[in-house]
Order: sequence, then structure tokens, then C-alpha cells
Amino acid sequence: MNNWVAAPLLIPLFTAVLLIFLHNKLALQRWISLLSALLNAGVSVILMIQVRSNGIQTLNMSGWAPPYGIVLVADMFAVLLVLSAAIVSACCFWYSFRGIDEERERHYFYSLVHFMLAGVNGSFLTGDLFNLFVCFELMLMSSYALIVLGGTKRQFRETLHYILINVLSSTLFVASVAYLYGAVGTLNLAHLSQRIGELGPSGPITVVSALLLVVFSVKAGLFLFFWLPGSYGAPPAAISALFGALLTKVGMYALIRAFTLVFYHETTVIHTLIGIMGVATILLGGFGAVSQTNVNRILGYNVIASIGFISLALAVSNEDALKGAVFYLVHDMIVKALLFLLAGILVAETGTERINRMGGVLTHSPLLAWMFFIASLAVVGIPPLSGFPGKLLIVQGSLESGQYVLAAAGVLLTLLLLYSLIKIFILGFWGKPRRPREMKWKQPRKLLLSSAPLMLLIVLLGVFAEPVMPYMQRAADILTDPSIYIQAVLKE
Amino acid sequence: MEVVVAIIVGVLFAVGIYLILTQDLLRIVLGTSLLTHAVHLLLMAMAMLKTGDAPLLGRDAEKFVDPLPQALILTSIVINFGVTAFFLVLSYRAYQKLETTDMDRMRSESSRHRGKKGGRRS
Repeated sequence: MNNWVAAPLLIPLFTAVLLIFLHNKLALQRWISLLSALLNAGVSVILMIQVRSNGIQTLNMSGWAPPYGIVLVADMFAVLLVLSAAIVSACCFWYSFRGIDEERERHYFYSLVHFMLAGVNGSFLTGDLFNLFVCFELMLMSSYALIVLGGTKRQFRETLHYILINVLSSTLFVASVAYLYGAVGTLNLAHLSQRIGELGPSGPITVVSALLLVVFSVKAGLFLFFWLPGSYGAPPAAISALFGALLTKVGMYALIRAFTLVFYHETTVIHTLIGIMGVATILLGGFGAVSQTNVNRILGYNVIASIGFISLALAVSNEDALKGAVFYLVHDMIVKALLFLLAGILVAETGTERINRMGGVLTHSPLLAWMFFIASLAVVGIPPLSGFPGKLLIVQGSLESGQYVLAAAGVLLTLLLLYSLIKIFILGFWGKPRRPREMKWKQPRKLLLSSAPLMLLIVLLGVFAEPVMPYMQRAADILTDPSIYIQAVLKE
Repeated sequence: MEVVVAIIVGVLFAVGIYLILTQDLLRIVLGTSLLTHAVHLLLMAMAMLKTGDAPLLGRDAEKFVDPLPQALILTSIVINFGVTAFFLVLSYRAYQKLETTDMDRMRSESSRHRGKKGGRRS
């Protein structure tokens, strides 16, 4: 029992409620938001140190013992993601001081983001399938409101699609919970894993796991991603950065958790399916990114393609690949947030989202150009930056298991993403400078300061990958050997 | 009893999916609402409907119904209520802004809009 485990869930929740009452005091809202995000990061570090020295931390809600009550579980995987989410959200808050207009700020922007963070952290920390559904809904409800906040025509159109897709997948989620409860009689993740292990592989369980695969794939943008590029491009940069960094990763986390902890007994059908979906996502996402000319859509397809890449690790499911997946997830959260934030500045500087109407940004804001260039290299996985270790481990893992097709797809992805991002660089930053049509914000370049911490983090995570690796190793140990998790939850 | 409920669930699913596949926004919202009702019934049927007595009768009750699915349904109904309310309000606002509830016309307007914008810029 450790009450710290609930803190990453409660801090954003209380902040969100508090900010509802302060919605007219903009300066106060801004600073409380930033402080709350930093506090959350601090608490996550404390939690991480505790997990490192004492193993998995759990909290039984209201003191009910695990199979009956709801349990919150903080293992290294979850804590690493909670910490990255806190850092990313802090930078996005700082960015939105200037990057979000006052009208949106007055209409509960900060409250909604905090509610979303509570949902995100809850999804990472929960140890109960139905509770995962509730946290998903908390996160999605706030994201519906955030995506439509501002109310332009484009936002309305995209939000209607986005809500419909998510309501459908939530319906399927409840249906699969119902089937699972009917078949196994429990919803605690650790207990589910144990029961399914006792029952042995059977058809119905595989069908239910396929249903869950569909549900989580829609949330993660794995293969079922047709809604993603449009809806992530509609809101302002700070919001799309949060979406691109956090929402799809929560879906990916749920996939990894479900298929390494609960449904790992029978791997032939589902894991093959995940592999096929992963390769298809990489190809479709990669070619999508190459074919687009809109900055936000290119980045949207980039998000999709890297989700496909992480799912390769899940299809292989050996130690190296999963270690790589944890590393890559952390890296991807940070780097995608950074790319969306920089793209927001780029769009504000040039006054257009289309790269063939831009040009010459390198001459009047070189710092933005070079930051974008380094972030692109990090996405692609050039060695001193943070994309490299994760990518190396995942490709190495798939080669170890003899999955050469998956490894080849991973390498091909690198080329496609490199091409799509360098295209932005060549068309947008090189060439003849054009006068910006209208400046949406005053001095967008000042926003670079708030993206700088993320930039720094990418470099540090790449250069000091060696000291970070033991943490990733701890996370991967639990993913490869679920009995550690089950022991920690059920026998305390 | 379970068979009857299973058939109802099937019918509700079919009607819900049919409504979602139509063009009208209001019908789509109703379709999602019906779908969630179907799922709640499914959840209830999964825990055996007629076991003979109410839940929570104490330690030594011989017959009782499993209370957990009912708690789950209650939570899910509340969430669905919120989502449907939001979806309806959003549809109304979208109608005011886009002046149509037809999904096809929204899309065609989006392409026209984009074309017009492109024309203005060049």
C-alpha cells in the first residue's frame, strides 16, 4: 500500500476543478497549471525512485483486497510514461501562455487539459479493466471538448467524426468487458491473467482478445487510423501536441499491457495479427506522410507510422524488442510533442499550413529551422539522439526472433519518415523567403523557449542512454515475465 | 430468459448500426445511444439473469445475483449519458454553424470550402 500511487491521478483532477472557479483570472490559471504539471513530474520522480528500490507499488482503493476492489499499480513501465506525460504537459502549458488565444483560455482550456491528464495518468496506473474504460472515457470526453474548443467549421466537422469513432470503440470495449466477465469472472488484470492461464488457451478467449485488439487499435491509431490525421490537425498547435504525444500512446500502452500481461498464453493468432497490422500501418502511415503537403497532416501520419513501429515490438515480444518499445514510447511522446509545437510556430510565422506556399524560413528564423531539423533527425533515429536506442533494440529484437519482414519494415519506415520530414525542411525552410501574410500571434519566435526543454531532453536521452537503460530494463522485465506483476498485485 | 435478452441485444445492435450508417446526424446520435443500451443488456445477461434472489443478502444467502455487472452498467450509463448529451449539443452547434445535418453535404461543403480558399490564395 502506497498512497503516492494515486497522486498523479488526483493532482490534475483537483487542479482541473480548482481552475473551473478561476476561469476569468488568466494569469493565475496559467501559473497554477504549470505548477501543477511540475508538481506532477516531481511526484512521478518520487514514485519512480520508490519503484526502483522497492519494486512494484500498489494501492487498493478503499482498502478492498485486489481481486474484489479496484487496484492502482505503479510498475516501472507505467511510471516512466506518467513522468514523460507530466514533462510534456508542462512544456505544452508553457507554450500555451502565448500559443493559445485568450478566448480559449477563458473557456476552460486549462481545466480540460487537466481532466485529460487525469484520464491519461489513470489509464497508465490502473490495474483493472473496467477502471481502464472509465479513465479512457475521462480522457476522451475532455479531448472531445478540446478538439472543438474555438468552434471553427473545420473543427466541427472533424470533431463529429472523432466522437463517432470513439463512441463506437468504447461500445465495443464495454462489450468485450462483458464477454470477458462472462467467460472468466473477474476484471482485475492480474487476476484475469492468472485465471486465463489456469483455463488454458481456448477459442472464446482469443475472440475476446481480438475484440480488445480492435478497441485499443482504434485508440492507438494502429491500422484503424483513418480518423487521425484530420482530427489532430484541426485544433491549435498546443492541443494537437498534447494529442499527438499522449492519446495514441495511451492506446499503445493498453495494447502492450493487455497482450503482455493478460493474453500472452496463446500467441500464434493475435501476435501474428498485430505484426501484420503493424507492417500495414508503417507502410500506409509512411506513404501517407510522404504524399501530404499540409504540415499538420504530415505530422499526423508520422504519429501513425511510429505507432506501427512500436507494435512490431509487441508482435515479436522478446526482451530486447520490449525494452526498445518502452524506450521508443518515452522518446516518441517527447519528440512528437516537440514536432507539433515547432510546426505550430512555423505555421504562425508563415501564415499557411501548406509547405508549398512556405519558403525561406531559414533566413529569418534560423533557430526554429535548426530545432526542427534536429527533431526530425531524432524521429528518424540518427545516433546521438533519442530515437536511436529504441529503434536499434526493436530491430535487433525482431532479427533475434527471425522476423526479417518486420525488421525490414522498421528500416523502410526510417527512410519514409526521413523523406517526409526533409520535405518540410526543403520546401518550408529553404528557398526564397516570402513575406508572411498575417501574423496570428505576436512574436511567435518567443515560443521557441518553451519547446527548448523537450529539445534538450531528446539530446540527453540519446547521449545518456546507458544510465537510463536500467530503468527500461526494469520495465521490460515485468513485460516479459508477467508473474512479477501478478505476485505484486495479488499477494501483499 | 437469456435467449430472449440475447435476441433483443442482437436486434438493438442491428438497428443501432443501421442508424449509424445513415446520413443524418441526429439518427447517428440515436444509433450510438441504442448501441450502448444493447451493450448494457449484454453485460447484464452475462451475469445470469434469474438466479432467484436479489444481490447483497448477507454471507449465508443461498441464492443471490452477482451485483458487480449492475455496478458496471450504472457507471457505463452515467458515462453514456454524458457523451450523448455532449454529442447532441455538438450536433446542434454544428447544424447552426454548417447549416446542415447531412454528413455527405458537410463533406462536400468541406471540399468546396477548401477549393474556394485555394482559389482566393493563388
